[in-house]
Amino acid sequence: MTTFPCDLATVCLAIVFLPLVGAVLAGLLGRMIGDKASQAVTCALVLLSALLSAFAAAWVVEDKIELTQPLLTWIHSGTLLIDWGIQIDTLTVVMFATVTAVSAMVHLYSIGYMAHEQGKSRFMAYLSLFTFFMLMLVCAPNLLQMFFGWEGVGLMSYLLINFWYERPSANDASMKAFLVNRVGDFGFLLGILGCFVVFGSIDFRVIFAQAPEVASSSWIFLGHSFPVTTSLCLLLFMGAMGKSAQLGLHTWLPDAMEGPTPVSALIHAATMVTAGVFMVARMSPLFEYAPGALAFVTIIGALTCVFAAVIGLTQFDIKRVIAYSTMSQLGYMFFAAGVSAYSASIFHLMTHAFFKSLLFLGAGSVIHVLSGEQDMRKMGALWRVAPVTYSLMLVGALALAGIGIDGLFGFAGFYSKDLVLNAALANGTRLGFFAYALGIMVAFMTAFYTWRLLFLTFHGAARESAEVRERMHESSWVMLAPLFPLALGAVVVGAYAYDWFGPERASFWGHAIFVRDAHDSMDAAEHVGVFFKALPMIMAVLGILLAFFFYIAKPSLPGAVSAAFGRWYRLVYRKFYIDELYAILFIKPARFFGEVLWKKGDDQIIDGFGPDGFSALSLRLAKRVSALQTGYIYHYAFAMILGVAAFVSWFFWGGTP
Amino acid sequence: MTSFPLLSVMTFLPLAGALLLFLFVKEGHYRDGGARLSQGIALAVSLLAFVLSCVMLARFDPSYTGFQMMESVVWLPSFGIAYVKGIDGISVWFVMISTILTPLCILSAMHSVKVRVKEFMIALLVLETMMIGTFTALDFFLFYLFFEGVLIPMFLIIGVWGGAKRTYAAYKFFLYTLLGSVLMLVAILVLVRHFGSTSMVLAMVKDSIPKETALWLWLAFFASFAIKTPMWPFHTWLPYAHVEAPTAGSVLLAGVLLKMGCYGFIRISLQILPEASHFFAPMMIGLSLVAIVYASLVALAQTDVKKLIAYSSVAHMGYVTLGLFSFTRQGFDGAMMVILSHTFVAGALFLCVGVIYDRLHTREISRYGGMATTMPKYATVFMVFTLAAIGLPGTSGFVGEFLTMQGAFEANSWYAFVAAFGMILSAAYMLWLYRRLFFGPLSKDDVRAMPDLTKREMLVFAPLLVLVLWMGIYPASFKNVYEPTLDKVLTVVQNKVHEVRL
Repeated sequence: MTTFPCDLATVCLAIVFLPLVGAVLAGLLGRMIGDKASQAVTCALVLLSALLSAFAAAWVVEDKIELTQPLLTWIHSGTLLIDWGIQIDTLTVVMFATVTAVSAMVHLYSIGYMAHEQGKSRFMAYLSLFTFFMLMLVCAPNLLQMFFGWEGVGLMSYLLINFWYERPSANDASMKAFLVNRVGDFGFLLGILGCFVVFGSIDFRVIFAQAPEVASSSWIFLGHSFPVTTSLCLLLFMGAMGKSAQLGLHTWLPDAMEGPTPVSALIHAATMVTAGVFMVARMSPLFEYAPGALAFVTIIGALTCVFAAVIGLTQFDIKRVIAYSTMSQLGYMFFAAGVSAYSASIFHLMTHAFFKSLLFLGAGSVIHVLSGEQDMRKMGALWRVAPVTYSLMLVGALALAGIGIDGLFGFAGFYSKDLVLNAALANGTRLGFFAYALGIMVAFMTAFYTWRLLFLTFHGAARESAEVRERMHESSWVMLAPLFPLALGAVVVGAYAYDWFGPERASFWGHAIFVRDAHDSMDAAEHVGVFFKALPMIMAVLGILLAFFFYIAKPSLPGAVSAAFGRWYRLVYRKFYIDELYAILFIKPARFFGEVLWKKGDDQIIDGFGPDGFSALSLRLAKRVSALQTGYIYHYAFAMILGVAAFVSWFFWGGTP
Repeated sequence: MTSFPLLSVMTFLPLAGALLLFLFVKEGHYRDGGARLSQGIALAVSLLAFVLSCVMLARFDPSYTGFQMMESVVWLPSFGIAYVKGIDGISVWFVMISTILTPLCILSAMHSVKVRVKEFMIALLVLETMMIGTFTALDFFLFYLFFEGVLIPMFLIIGVWGGAKRTYAAYKFFLYTLLGSVLMLVAILVLVRHFGSTSMVLAMVKDSIPKETALWLWLAFFASFAIKTPMWPFHTWLPYAHVEAPTAGSVLLAGVLLKMGCYGFIRISLQILPEASHFFAPMMIGLSLVAIVYASLVALAQTDVKKLIAYSSVAHMGYVTLGLFSFTRQGFDGAMMVILSHTFVAGALFLCVGVIYDRLHTREISRYGGMATTMPKYATVFMVFTLAAIGLPGTSGFVGEFLTMQGAFEANSWYAFVAAFGMILSAAYMLWLYRRLFFGPLSKDDVRAMPDLTKREMLVFAPLLVLVLWMGIYPASFKNVYEPTLDKVLTVVQNKVHEVRL
């Protein structure tokens, strides 16, 4: 059976490169072959990639395969050798399956959603190219190929947010996304550079093999002595904070909702934004030896979790509510990783990909029903008009809120969120408890804002304008059909996969994820008390009840509450004024310095004392020396000859060097 | 000399072509003043030079780290000056970039230069001779001759075919670079006196010069190369020269002329004066880091397309000098990759600017906007080169920047820390430029009326697109040629520095 892994590598290569083929065909030949053909070819290739992913996943999990296959040398300089390659293990195929499944559904959905838009081929090409970069990211055998995928998905995010490029708001949002991510990548790149300096390689295998040895040593970075592993992990995590919109580098994600809704579902909910979580899991053998970095990951994750949920409570744009919800759920994933429960973290990543893309695509359907309206204050009572959309979104909401009964049945989010929360609790440290406490609060808020969204959109009074109301109709089946597989995932994937990610995780992951024995709290997580097991569910139900009270029973209440807490409400509604703060701290100074350095630095100081001053001086001299010639060029030629003559005579008669 | 003098033929072929144009193409005999004929001849000659350079590349043996295809003729025996030419792994690429860019420039100029076409073609061909000559010369005086000779055609290109303020720009360019050259001439005279020969090869292998002298010599060469590269704060001639130069002039200026400064740093500063280079390395790195941040910030404030790209060139050249003077393997490799990448990317970006300048005759960014709608091909091409300038992995720009930063990190993590800011800022100014040109509503009628890329324009961009992606995905094709030589240079430099320290 020696040829076996080789064949698997071929399958995996096909998974990665099929979407690229689709992107190239649709992107370069789109005008020639037409929109229909572009849609067909991209959808077919991504679907094929998804089927192969399911096949590869079964294969890898069944046979416990771990292999790394170099393909082509990328960068080779001295001892630095970086290959293009492919690393196949459980973590890779779990991501393959998740990414391609959601991507395939989003591709299909886009046919319907973009039916009335210009540039269909371009859109499909972008989606496929994004999928390619994302797959390159997750199968990378070294940090630099990961960075290739990492920046590549960032580029596609930029291009897709800006898909309607005539809108200035989309232009702003896309640039912001790229630049904020670049700030994160600043740290990520320094982390990569540092890894080579410390480990002499940036291949995962080499780094991971040496991690235990260097764990207790320190190095000089920026003139100070730091523990090696912690500082490297923190630098790498800075990249994750950008990509996964964690507190501090999160400002781009809500604005990214300027892009078409399928983009929000695929990139800004299910896949790209989870790249940071994936990176931490992939680098778990290094993070495990960086306790400081793990603590930081936990704190940032927990704070983001609650921060985003609080803002999500107040927003009225249906997509922004879901965007903040995504940020908050990413917080869950990070603090799970921070307490070494990487398995729970990836589990939540996977279930979240299904139910969040379902919610986003459902929201897209709602927007479609309402001819483009996104403000929930102008919605209401839609369940009659769009019953299918409503039912599908309800499934997504139940999964997001984590509804289920232990031992009986639960939606996908129920299993993964409980695993995350219980792992944090069972961690036994103060930090773990801190994360758990915030996580429980957020479980309540999640249910509240999710049902707030449902009630405002589908129930209560119909607040649509008359104009919109005339054209309201349920979305077409082209759009609704792809939601069913996602809904199925949101219902069953938690129950189906729980054993792999929970009790059987050691044999499931193999070497793909590494947890030090002392850190492992996931066994204990399964044995927390009945009260703690029931608590997330209780909080969720309370949240739903409160939302019912606020938006159905007493619809005047929300207005009264926000008025009573006016200043605080505005603070939250305006997202804690972080955008404004960054504008003052970074953007304005950069422009100011650019202007000053140019006008004063270059034009006045350097030129003033340098060439202009010099030429003014020499012009004055030249005028005095020779009033005979008129053309400037003769002055200089004359001066040059004089100078040369002087030097040559010095050279022959005088000077000794 | 029994074999075919390939290098000399390649060097002087364009000059011969220029002479042909000068003597035999009479404006009066043709209805268009001989414009088409001159263009055709110039293109054919430059393509022939390109073919010859490909032969050179094919015959070049990368594993041999000395000089190859040497040609040596006694020239002025009384002064000990000989005509010596030869190439090694480093210069071979510098010759290639000259022969690749020149035909593309001629192709692009066919449409955009309408007055004194014949003279323009002559200037371009003379320039090509000077560029190839500089990179193949192995005698100090020959090197100086070509290095300075470049000034004359470029001065004319800017001064005659340039924009409104071309006179000021041309003089600034000429004077600035001349100032450096005069100092270099002094340094060459001193070196020649010391070694008793004008041979550069000899100077590279002979024992070192007294430290005191070496430091002064180094500074004199520095003046010339720092202005040419340009390094901060000797860069202020560049934005003016670029802004006023016609497209072909800008492309060769950014693509090849700036690289002559880099070439000088490698060939003379590092190879002949290694100890002094090491002594001044902190200053070089300091200036490089200032250049990266300073020029990027200034680029952010620009309202003129060409000025913006000019300042971005200054920032990119900062990476080159940063890599070279980090004295690390990755830094050296990275510097070479940035040199090659910047040649194609900046060249392509100036060609891109030429496309819209030909149509609307303005470089003001605010006069454009929303072009993505009507010019999708152009928008795509511009986007690829923008991404390469930003250093997106998978493009040529990334490989070089990554390696120089890796080298800098090994020297001192602070260097990489500061240089990495360039990564954020380059994204800011390039995307901001792209946004203002291509996105937003298409509200101006004259912008709406602009046609997309023509076949001829696509032909100009196609090879550059291929090169930029090829170099980004499989840089080994380029690196394998220069690696052994560069490796040897680094070892020699490190050993000499080590000896001095002991």
